[in-house]
Amino acid sequence: MADTHALEAHEGHAHAEAHDHGHPTGWRRYVYSTNHKDIGVMYLVFSIFAGVVGALLSGAMRLELMEPGIQIFHGLAAMVYGVEGDAALDAGKHMYNVFTTAHALIMIFFAVMPATMGGFANYFAPLMIGAPDTAFPRINNIAFWLLPFAFTLLILSLFFEGPAGAHGFGGGWTAYPPLSTSGHPGPAMDFAILSLHIAGVSSILGSINLITTIFNMRAPGMTLHKMPLFAWAVLVTAFLLLLALPVLAGGITMLLTDRNFGTTFFAPEGGGDPILFQHLFWFFGHPEVYIMILPGFGMVSHIISTFSRKPIFGYLAMVYAMVAIGVVGFIVWAHHMYTVGMSLDVQRYFVAATMVIAVPTGVKIFSWIATMWGGSISFRTPMLWAIGFIFLFTVGGVTGVVLANAGADRALHDTYYVVAHFHYVLSLGAVFSIFAGWYYWYPKMFGIMYNEKLANAHFWITFVGVNLIFFPQHFLGLAGMPRRYIDYPDAYALWNMVSSIGYYVTFVGLLIFLYTLIEAARKKRPAGANPWGDGATTLEWTLPSPPPFHQFETLPRIDSKSDH
Amino acid sequence: MTDTVLPHRDKHQGRNKRIGLTLVVVVAAMVGAAYASVPLYRLFCQLTGLDGTTQVSSGNPKGVIAREMTVRFDSNVEGGLPWTITPARPITDKIGTVDTVVFTAHNSSDRPITGQAIFNVTPEQTGIYFNKIECFCFTEQTLQPGETVEMPIVFFVDPDIAEDNNLDTVRDITLSYTFYAVKSEGS
Repeated sequence: MADTHALEAHEGHAHAEAHDHGHPTGWRRYVYSTNHKDIGVMYLVFSIFAGVVGALLSGAMRLELMEPGIQIFHGLAAMVYGVEGDAALDAGKHMYNVFTTAHALIMIFFAVMPATMGGFANYFAPLMIGAPDTAFPRINNIAFWLLPFAFTLLILSLFFEGPAGAHGFGGGWTAYPPLSTSGHPGPAMDFAILSLHIAGVSSILGSINLITTIFNMRAPGMTLHKMPLFAWAVLVTAFLLLLALPVLAGGITMLLTDRNFGTTFFAPEGGGDPILFQHLFWFFGHPEVYIMILPGFGMVSHIISTFSRKPIFGYLAMVYAMVAIGVVGFIVWAHHMYTVGMSLDVQRYFVAATMVIAVPTGVKIFSWIATMWGGSISFRTPMLWAIGFIFLFTVGGVTGVVLANAGADRALHDTYYVVAHFHYVLSLGAVFSIFAGWYYWYPKMFGIMYNEKLANAHFWITFVGVNLIFFPQHFLGLAGMPRRYIDYPDAYALWNMVSSIGYYVTFVGLLIFLYTLIEAARKKRPAGANPWGDGATTLEWTLPSPPPFHQFETLPRIDSKSDH
Repeated sequence: MTDTVLPHRDKHQGRNKRIGLTLVVVVAAMVGAAYASVPLYRLFCQLTGLDGTTQVSSGNPKGVIAREMTVRFDSNVEGGLPWTITPARPITDKIGTVDTVVFTAHNSSDRPITGQAIFNVTPEQTGIYFNKIECFCFTEQTLQPGETVEMPIVFFVDPDIAEDNNLDTVRDITLSYTFYAVKSEGS
């Protein structure tokens, strides 16, 4: 029955017949694209570009911090802003803070989110649920094309006046007032706010599209409880985006009106409260960290299952662990604010609630390990990245449990211990899951195989590099080194040096990654429909590589016995 | 494509639109919630004394207890407001006693200036127990050129503070004021 219900890939519009089966070519194929696979690839390309920009910014920071004293930023400031002498030194110090801010915003909004919820979710969530395309292909198009504009605004903000006489916004990605209001009177902050607005609209549109697709366009027989874990991860993440991003939008709009139109939401002289911004920000900010990591959970589940040649252990527990993480993620936000003077009872609540998140997260970690247990494991490139992810994410999770304690956090707040913690879960956790997904689906997306030796070298060098960068930062934080300073006392010199060397190692890994892309594009080794064998059971592997422009003209049927 | 496809597609599309619109409403509701949080947060602070928000009262019906509390006073002036504020000396008294202290304010400029003080107490958890009966901070103050005024505060600490185990070790409360120029007056 269902096979007669063939759907056209383009959702019908009154005039759809005009371009129903013609494949647009050249620039039109991409600029006007309503094809979820093309849009997914564009997201991934954009994410790689933004990720390289973000990595270069952090490179400048690590170069600077390699030794005590000011090494490069006064020179950079002199070069970019044309100032000299002491003015260059001051501009350089501010520029360092601008770099940390831009690094964070770029990596979060323009590298990680476009890769996971833009690229992989767009490309593979519809394939995995047997849908011909997403529910709103045109909304999908605009969601992507908003991003380059948002990114441009953010880059522009670097070149406009922030504080009097200096350029760019240097108040951190959290943008706390009053530093982001009266502390940065120039237009740089307004550019950053508008950039976040547009990036936020893009993500919200993308989420609406993905939720509708997953709720309404699953192939016959694909019940929610049969849906692959990545599709579940995308569904939960899209809901988090939908609920969290509007609160950020509201908060930064209040900042904008406080700055420009005389409102006093966060200004005490008018009866406002700067702490309210922190509450609003972290009500968004905490779910945001799960937004970055949940799609990775989904991808890693498939990869572990594929290369262990076993179905994932505890499918339902994995699904509801993600749902639980999503729900609990909304009621723990003030653990970022232990030092603002909350009562002990409130702190006790947030400590307990935060620790509760370790339970569903533990369920996932143990289920991955149980999936590998007794499996016939092959250590192909995606599997290496996935196992690396589990290891690094667990390290970051453990330091997270340490930081969840209000008592410990009061000492560690805003030190490098926190920097190490969130880089272990995000820069290492989320990014490793992205690379795992990239190498897993690369043959599917492009129809060609990368050189596995090169890809494995990318993994090992990156793995060593990132651990060299961030593990010593635990020591620095425990020794009391604060975040967001361009300089530090000599006592912190050793581990900063090690950390910077780690950055260079990681950078070599990045170069190998880029070379792997070029090498694969030149050699064009055909990958075949399913290069991974029996373990790869989800629907995308039933299609040729790359999948046809329009897939599932005959919807696949999921019979009641097949597993996930 | 056969004719049978079209009704199916229409049904599909209708549901897509319904789900999509529902989600748009969710987004709008969350933006609304962000703005609703502003008055709610203020109300929450007033009700719970969060962030050291002090209480307003007409008198202390609960009496005095033996435990003593020192109240210190602090004042800050927004940059650019040409006022000099001298806070009151610290005062130690039995909890529950209604005390009166006096701040002195001096306008060192040659024009009348209207100012308003905002305030809180630390430790912030004592806000719910800190009651003001009378305070200059309830209204705006206008100081003539060169004028010096005395500004009284009548306050007491609620004896219920003794029952809050979290505050057993508190011996001092600091009441802090920050004075701002009132913008509408022009300056």
